[in-house]
Amino acid sequence: MKLNIFQRLAGLALAVTLVGAPVGALAQNATDNSAANAAAASANAAAPANAAASNATAAPAAAAAPAAAAAPAKFKLDSGDTAWMLTSTALVLMMTIPGLALFYAGMVRKKNVIATVAQSFAMTCVVTLVWFIVTYSIAFGTVADANMNKWWGGMGNFMLQHVQMDGVDPKGTIAYTIAGATLTIPEYVYMMFQMTFAIITPALICGAFAERMKFSAMLILTVLWSIFVYAPIAHWVWGGGWLGAMGVMDFAGGTVVHINAGIAGLVCALVLPKRKGLGVINMAPNNLVYTMIGASLLWVGWFGFNAGSAVTSGSLAGLAMTNTQVATAAAAMAWMTVEWFHRKKPTMLGMASGAVAGLVAVTPASGWVMPTGALWIGLAAGAGCYCSSVFLKGLLKYDDSLDCFGVHGVGGFIGAMLTGVFASAAAQTLPAGHGVMTQLYSCLATMAWTAVGTFIILMICKYTVGLTMTPDEEEEGMDISLHGETIHD
Amino acid sequence: MKLIIAIVKPFKLDDVREALVAAGVEGLTVSEVKGYGRQKGQTEIYRGAEYQVNFVPKVKLEAVVDDAAAAGAVEVIKKAAGTGKIGDGKIFVLDVENAVRIRTGETGSAAL
Repeated sequence: MKLNIFQRLAGLALAVTLVGAPVGALAQNATDNSAANAAAASANAAAPANAAASNATAAPAAAAAPAAAAAPAKFKLDSGDTAWMLTSTALVLMMTIPGLALFYAGMVRKKNVIATVAQSFAMTCVVTLVWFIVTYSIAFGTVADANMNKWWGGMGNFMLQHVQMDGVDPKGTIAYTIAGATLTIPEYVYMMFQMTFAIITPALICGAFAERMKFSAMLILTVLWSIFVYAPIAHWVWGGGWLGAMGVMDFAGGTVVHINAGIAGLVCALVLPKRKGLGVINMAPNNLVYTMIGASLLWVGWFGFNAGSAVTSGSLAGLAMTNTQVATAAAAMAWMTVEWFHRKKPTMLGMASGAVAGLVAVTPASGWVMPTGALWIGLAAGAGCYCSSVFLKGLLKYDDSLDCFGVHGVGGFIGAMLTGVFASAAAQTLPAGHGVMTQLYSCLATMAWTAVGTFIILMICKYTVGLTMTPDEEEEGMDISLHGETIHD
Repeated sequence: MKLIIAIVKPFKLDDVREALVAAGVEGLTVSEVKGYGRQKGQTEIYRGAEYQVNFVPKVKLEAVVDDAAAAGAVEVIKKAAGTGKIGDGKIFVLDVENAVRIRTGETGSAAL
């Protein structure tokens, strides 16, 4: 087939990435091994030196030091924690398929329903593979150089090559730490749990370009965005990077998931042209029952998202679950109330949207605040996101089809900031450096990185496969134009 | 033979059907349609986006009857489908050139 220059360049870039990644991983491996050997050598050198220095306790010390150096560090697997995390993983996956898929599908026009659910489904598959191959390593790996490790986790775990079954490597030491901490669950489970977060984040962005973006462009966007935007930010906040070290409190992904996707969505809404006929033709939701089902699956699944982010099965998970429930109910009722005053009728779409806004806002807070704090967060998110979804688009004249920015971007920001306000040591020990300014700094850093990254990726898509359909294809509908499928009544 | 087309409110369908059966009209075709007359559509609002829905759901009934029965059938439909409010609908009467029963091949009134 004839390829144009851009398609050739795209193919070349893909080939370079596929070849370069394993080469980089091998190089990483070599550096890691040599660093580990150097550390072990210096430890052995220190032990006999210490034993020689002390006198009265020389003998027992001499016996103790080499014995300590020889005994393997123990990885303690907690089956309760592991069982809960396995369950949480399934719950969070359910949030994307079919939760988010249905939530969005109900809100688009009938001629675009199949295409909308296909987006979530395809993204699940694509991100799974990308996470397995590179992004788990980038997000949660550890690079030997501490300065580099602030920014990314490296390619050391390319295709999960270092993941061990029982958390102990052949040398007998604990194989994995996350941001320097030892967990009580196997690494495969942790990796899978985090994968489901990596899956839902780009799927959220679909809300911004619903009914507009080509399937091929969306696939490319998913791959590049996962590698260059999501994985670094996840590393910064959760994987041992600089934001986590600064003391940011983001329990389950207010910045990593929601602000990230929300701002990316805003960029998409600004870059892509508006839907043809916006404001003139009827673009009413085709079936709000799908949306309600989707919102309900999101709500239930979110227990895995928030309570699962405790990574343990215990009181913290219970607190996160409580906060999630309280904030969501409050937000749904707050949105409904504002809407009732503003538009004289409470709507199902309003309650579902309010609930999602509450879920979004309580995400960073769920393990850091007490339930009363969660209540305030819910009320603020419900009312605030109503305003951002209903007024902002008209004011600033952009087409955020399903309010990705209005709900996830704004809701995530409200939640992240109020986490700083309502964080309580009664929930758990607060990190050093915590505070409202730290939260703000983290939000701004995330916004900047994702805005620039998303814009560049959109440009790459635009000048290779193209971002949008032709006006005729858009008129016919994405289902028939992009997928050759229709809903038959 | 006359073709009677009646556009009525959906919830009146069963009343009209029963009345027509009682009046001796044995066949009916029904379709779900959208339309407007003096009854304007409604405004729907979704997250701040207003949509003027111009078409209201209605039901269209079509029945072919003998010339003699036409006037009676129209009266029956009018009584059964009416509520006294705007949007009750309309009835049209058209001439039919021929009718054929597919199974037996009968034509004209015998086909009804």
